[in-house]
Amino acid sequence: MSDTADKVKKIVVEHLGVEESKVTTEASFIDDLGADSLDTVELVMAFEEAFGVEIPDDAAEKITTVKDAIDYIEKQKSA
Amino acid sequence: MFGHLVAPRRVVVTGMGIACPLGLGVENVWKRMLAGESGLAAIQNFDTSALPAKIAGQVPLGTRSEGKLDINEWIPVKDQKKMDRFIQLALVAATEAVEDSGWNPGEDQEEERCRTGVMIGSGIGGLPTIYEASTLIQQGKTRRISPFFIPSALINLASGHVSIKYGFKGPNHAVVTACATGVHALGDAARLIALNDADVMVAGGAEAAVAEIGMAGFCASRALSVGFNDNPTKGSRPWDRDRDGFVMGEGAGVLVLEELEHAKARGAKIYAEVIGYGMSGDAYHITAPTEDGDGAFRAMRAALKSASLQPSQIQYVNAHGTSTPMGDDLELQAVERLWGDEAKNLAMSSTKSAIGHLLGAAGAVEGIFSILAIRDSVAPPTLNLENPSRESPIDRVALEAQPRKIDTVLSNSFGFGGTNASIIFRKAG
Repeated sequence: MSDTADKVKKIVVEHLGVEESKVTTEASFIDDLGADSLDTVELVMAFEEAFGVEIPDDAAEKITTVKDAIDYIEKQKSA
Repeated sequence: MFGHLVAPRRVVVTGMGIACPLGLGVENVWKRMLAGESGLAAIQNFDTSALPAKIAGQVPLGTRSEGKLDINEWIPVKDQKKMDRFIQLALVAATEAVEDSGWNPGEDQEEERCRTGVMIGSGIGGLPTIYEASTLIQQGKTRRISPFFIPSALINLASGHVSIKYGFKGPNHAVVTACATGVHALGDAARLIALNDADVMVAGGAEAAVAEIGMAGFCASRALSVGFNDNPTKGSRPWDRDRDGFVMGEGAGVLVLEELEHAKARGAKIYAEVIGYGMSGDAYHITAPTEDGDGAFRAMRAALKSASLQPSQIQYVNAHGTSTPMGDDLELQAVERLWGDEAKNLAMSSTKSAIGHLLGAAGAVEGIFSILAIRDSVAPPTLNLENPSRESPIDRVALEAQPRKIDTVLSNSFGFGGTNASIIFRKAG
């Protein structure tokens, strides 16, 4: 697993207070991990802070799973 | 508008919960208060070097079984960041009150849930949260402001969180009347029950302004005690000649109010009945009471009238008594004026001497102390009242608790803006 994936999952565990084992790559923040819309806004902010990237609102809306977050951040980093 | 009303319904208290500088748990706090213990101490959790006032009453840290607060025992870590400390303290007190009442209708009791409301107020609300957000803006990090900032700071979110936790779908309301908040919340919630808007109301006040910003603000308005920084437990000394301002306290008090027949039908333990409530405004000054204490006088008189009582029928007054040079004597004068020749039979104390001034939570925690005074026939003490600045025929219960026959109690709270409220509790039955 990439460093990005590890770090994303750690942030999700901390912010949503869920078991590490539930944070699979496919997991949806809202459907699988009990987040609400405000939680996801805060999660995206945490990703921005941790990875030093800026995630515009229209992109943030499309980040609904752990995989979405990892993919977006890796794309930003390699850009 | 009110044509559907027949007659006001009777309202009783069936549950109580408290978090205050003497700890958590109604019985624990009351025992310590009657023993003359103080919850005031030097502030340790932030730097007070720039503040003239360096003491406060803070909820002690420890486990629930020790009667102290470990917030992780009460609220999941991930939810803590969604609520300012005043909301956290409200949830702690509300949890104890609801558990104590035994009233917790389940998901299959929709009608009961819809007839249960919440009215928990606060004087100031999430001031520390607002400070943190403004610091981010100052640092050019406006986009870093949390989506939870606004719901964390809003005063009515204490009521909101309690309703969400228990599924209480009745009236959801919040009082904001500075230091009179607690009494207004209890009185207004009791009226909602009396007027048939709800059968049960979870009501009270919460405050957590013991932070640099809150302390600095009250220091600037010259309201806080500054002369007892080296002797914190002596700082709150209502009616004493050496008093020099109030000591800020934090905490929450929550009561479960219930319609009498509703409580009887389910065999609830009934602590007391809410029999009177009165309010007034000073129309005078933003922070100072009128020089003749007339606002306090009229609030108490209105409460007595609503209860159809004479002053002689009250045995104990839980005073607002914040330990400010001016306010204490004005309240005393107002009580003397209203009670007249009966003043000599009255006991009146200020429990702020032990826990400080809990601002918007004060009236709610003092409502609890008033009810316990009835239950146990004892007047809690006014600590540090060593040399009264003024003589009075009223027994101010100096230094030690006093066993007394008490079946009816009046409790006062007055707030900035010239807002005054008094509430009367009577022994049940």
